[in-house]
Amino acid sequence: MFIIRHKNLFFCLTGALVLASLISILVFGLKLGLDFTGGTLIEVRYDGMRPASNAIVKSLEDAGFTGFSLRESGTNGYTLRMHALTDLQRGKLSATMSYETATAHIDQLTEVGPTIGKELRNKSFIALALVLLCILLFIAFAFRKVSEPVSSWTYGLIALITLIHDVIVPVGFFAILGSITGAQVDTLFVTAILTILGFSIHDTIVVFDRVRENLRVNQERNRREDFAETAGRSLGQTFVRSVNTSLTVLFTLAILYFVGPESTSDFALTLLVGITAGTYSSIFLATPLLVAVEKKRTK
Amino acid sequence: MMQRRLIAFLILLVGTGIGWYVYSSGYSGSRPFKLGLDLSGGTQLVYRANLSAIGQTDVGDSMASLRDTIERRVNLFGVSEPIVQTQHAGTLAGRPEERLIVELPGVTDTQKAIDLIGQTPVLEFRLLKEDAILSDISTSTVNKYFESAAITGKDLKSAQIQFNQAIGGVPNEPVVLLTFNADGTRIFANLTKENVGRYFGMFLDGSPISIPSINESIPDGKAVISGNFTPEGAKELARNLNYGALPVPIELISTQTVAGTLGEEAVRDGVMAGVWGVIAVIFFMMFWYRLPGLLAAIALLVYIVAVLLLFKLIPVTLTAAGIAAFILSIGMAVDANILIFERTREELEAGKNTREAITDGFARAWPSIRDSNISSIITAVILFWFGTSLIKGFALVFGIGVLVSMLTAISVSRTFLMALGIEAKTGLVRFLFGSGTHA
Repeated sequence: MFIIRHKNLFFCLTGALVLASLISILVFGLKLGLDFTGGTLIEVRYDGMRPASNAIVKSLEDAGFTGFSLRESGTNGYTLRMHALTDLQRGKLSATMSYETATAHIDQLTEVGPTIGKELRNKSFIALALVLLCILLFIAFAFRKVSEPVSSWTYGLIALITLIHDVIVPVGFFAILGSITGAQVDTLFVTAILTILGFSIHDTIVVFDRVRENLRVNQERNRREDFAETAGRSLGQTFVRSVNTSLTVLFTLAILYFVGPESTSDFALTLLVGITAGTYSSIFLATPLLVAVEKKRTK
Repeated sequence: MMQRRLIAFLILLVGTGIGWYVYSSGYSGSRPFKLGLDLSGGTQLVYRANLSAIGQTDVGDSMASLRDTIERRVNLFGVSEPIVQTQHAGTLAGRPEERLIVELPGVTDTQKAIDLIGQTPVLEFRLLKEDAILSDISTSTVNKYFESAAITGKDLKSAQIQFNQAIGGVPNEPVVLLTFNADGTRIFANLTKENVGRYFGMFLDGSPISIPSINESIPDGKAVISGNFTPEGAKELARNLNYGALPVPIELISTQTVAGTLGEEAVRDGVMAGVWGVIAVIFFMMFWYRLPGLLAAIALLVYIVAVLLLFKLIPVTLTAAGIAAFILSIGMAVDANILIFERTREELEAGKNTREAITDGFARAWPSIRDSNISSIITAVILFWFGTSLIKGFALVFGIGVLVSMLTAISVSRTFLMALGIEAKTGLVRFLFGSGTHA
């Protein structure tokens, strides 16, 4: 099996990918969204042309707004970010954002208090850790009857390593996306990451499941086969279905990204990248790692 | 064989029927889809309740009465289908918090929504501390000199305007007469009995409006607020108190408003993405898996109508994230079929006859299908726990999708495959059951 034979090549490739993602996270950083930091986000839209931004800035300053940032959005709107609004400011928001004949329509207004932000931040980390832990436990449990030549815990741990890869890659990608489009890490992003975790493991399970089955068949028929051989054969047998199960999901996600609602487009893009990474890791990382671990143990 | 074909035919018939029902009851029929605020447009307000004056055991009670009060208030203003609910936020935010969530569909002016809730006055009763002297009190020192009394606004039954006849008061001065409920009457009787001679302060929204002294025990559950009211002022206060005096003060901590137009766009785009997603998946399945692919496509359609029906029956509140989950689940629903068909093809190549190959294909693909779906369900459950309402919408749809698709992808496509009753293994059958690059 090509992938198993050249596993070191793919380890290098995977390492490079993870390294690039980590560098991207360090260089660009992740911008935390409103749900996590607290604050106010306002989306306004104008019927015709939007007024020049300095006119709106002046109007906002005259009305006593401070510490805000105004950014163009779409073709005829603005995004306004600031700290907490007072009742007075909220009441005359639409009037303040209007200029001469251009009436501002408030499409979206979101205010998040600081305690909610803190709570969601903590919950996100706990949810992430919990998903990883549960999946590790589940894989170890599902493969509990397999102990030769690698223990069921090894399957779980390798699944965990591929999952960490599957998280780092889309996060790295999102850091780049954030620096280009200003995309921010919000609860929807965390949801995307958790969904990637749940789905990426599918392909890994399919391959491992086949390894498990082939090991059993070998044992029943008293056939002696090198573990690398068995693993490679299993990978070859399941390669097409791994790709196809991901392809159907990638189709729908691509359509969701291009056609679907704007509010979920970053979400769809994150999932696209994450599920691609997940499919890659289940084919080029999981089984090769399994073989490498087995080699180490027999030496 | 006849029986299988009958079942297959029934599935088609029922599926079409459900499809017709889902379609015809669409958005406006007898059972429309429930849309979340981000799709229907509206405002969500989240308040934190200040329970510092309430004993630990009364928290549940106070929150329930707070919810009822706000609900009455909101209903009064004719908002259709408002949702008012309480939420206990755990220690993750630092310290536990009791919250009140108010959802007002169709209200897209945030300040108006806040005003609507905010007009509800908070009525509090406090006792002047024994060592304090009434004349020392100014607005700024009120909190220092008063301690909370056992009775609160939630013990109030009604308020009405009266004109003072009492000796010593200003004749014909408008006053507000408070009548306590049964609990309140008992508490108030005890309170007045034990504290004769002390000053009893009535506070509206934190400021004192009347501080009479307790002359004697009051067993009948009635108290009078006299505070230099104009007749209009007294009338308004009585009305506001009747609509609901808040048992505890609340503080706004987050708001979200989405305009109806934005929601409509999201629904339209979401439906569009769903339709194209289904077409893409069906096309791929038929292209790669041929005859079984066609049956998987039918199973996918059964899946879609079944889930849509569940959305209506449960009912599931659909959000943009929920629609995304549904579209994602369309791509995932055929995964079980892919695993089964690949396996069936392998079994065919291993020399089994068509019928055996199908049976073994289903049986041997099952462990992988089960294990991989369990991991998705784990994610869905944790997401549901983690979630804000937005994420809960995603998790619920995702979870339903995984469960239902497991059922339809396996049982429905199996029934159809078996109903075809292909036993022979001619070149045509080999081609029909082949896939992709395989013969």
